[in-house]
Amino acid sequence: MKVSITVNGEQRTDEVEPRLLLAHYLRETCGLRATNVGCDTTSCGACTVVVDGLSVKSCTVLAVATDGSQVTTLEGLAGPDGELHPMQAAFRAEHGLQCGFCTPGMVMAAIGVLADNPDPTDREVREGLEGNLCRCTGYHNIVRAVRTAAQAGPAAGQVPQAQEVEA
Amino acid sequence: MIPAPFDYVKVTSVEEALEALAEHGEDAKLLAGGHSLLPIMKLRLAVPTALIDISGISELSYVRVEGDEVAIGATTRHHELERSAVALAEVPLLPHVAGRVGDPQVRHRGTLGGTVAHSDPASDLPTALLALGGTVVVQGPAGRREIPVTEFWLGFFETALSPDELVVEIRVPRTGAAGWGYEKFTRRENDWPIVAAAAVQGRVALANMAGAVVRASATEAALAGGASIADAAALADEGTSPNSDMHADADYRRHLARLLTRRALEKAAA
Repeated sequence: MKVSITVNGEQRTDEVEPRLLLAHYLRETCGLRATNVGCDTTSCGACTVVVDGLSVKSCTVLAVATDGSQVTTLEGLAGPDGELHPMQAAFRAEHGLQCGFCTPGMVMAAIGVLADNPDPTDREVREGLEGNLCRCTGYHNIVRAVRTAAQAGPAAGQVPQAQEVEA
Repeated sequence: MIPAPFDYVKVTSVEEALEALAEHGEDAKLLAGGHSLLPIMKLRLAVPTALIDISGISELSYVRVEGDEVAIGATTRHHELERSAVALAEVPLLPHVAGRVGDPQVRHRGTLGGTVAHSDPASDLPTALLALGGTVVVQGPAGRREIPVTEFWLGFFETALSPDELVVEIRVPRTGAAGWGYEKFTRRENDWPIVAAAAVQGRVALANMAGAVVRASATEAALAGGASIADAAALADEGTSPNSDMHADADYRRHLARLLTRRALEKAAA
């Protein structure tokens, strides 16, 4: 069936099978490979993207169910000039990664954490990221990165399209 | 993992959902958040021929006071319930438990009606609802009917809902700030409970101690008869039939049920 989804600010229409998962739509139909499929069982969070302002695990969402939605992946965060989103910049500054496989999901989930709570404690960051696993167990720097991003102000808790839609 | 093929129908009203259910028959499934259904479809444990997506029925998304009760629409998402000012003031057990389901991403999609209709004995919110009392309102071709929560969950993935009906609302008594407690034991923060206990106003419900969520009747009777919390909680596993699995054997689950019941009752009394 036909779906129209705004992916990283660009509206596109695609013919998809109803059973196509959003994670596979993003990776294979849209060619956006930052969104990783880790566990494929809704546990690890590596496939986290933001749909209409809320973080979701895209391996447990049907692409057809997001018809008409705004979807943001890691590729949609940086500005056109390559300027990093405050959350990406904070992950880089604090070295919030080890192997990097969980990083796209962590960054997208972390934006959601700040959307709910702009100034979280370490404990609140850990609770907010409970749905994301880092198998290198690099959590300390990830938590530090989210706290650092919080200092950048409200933009750290928003994805770019959401700002455009509000404007 | 990819689900088997199915027809997908998106509906925006209860009437459309009922029409689609009638048209697609017993092998159709309703899809709300999908976080219980899609994983079992990916494992091919469920192979519905049609999915009827009810997540867009906005008329079923609300939390409001109606007389002595709080009425919650079936497509209300866990994160909405978690933050609902009405729920926080009128029935604070529910937003607390909603916030202990899965993780934020799961709570952003999961719905109250979905978890009620799914009938997993290890579900948090049905356990809380069973302790609160109240009714599940369902709608079918013959109209609406109200099923008491005590008669709704029949067994593993089995409810009193007919295949041509859908859950439209959950109604619970307003408790106000009155004492409540929810204690759950998990391997990972906010994972599925290995065992959980919800206590409110002398009623206790347990997760994962039988084929469906279940009341701790012996504990409730002892409390009503004036027993101490410690003595009543010691009876919490009476009449239950817990499983043994890789996480815990049945005896350990019985121990957890007694311990968590005591803690939940102590919290409720504090």
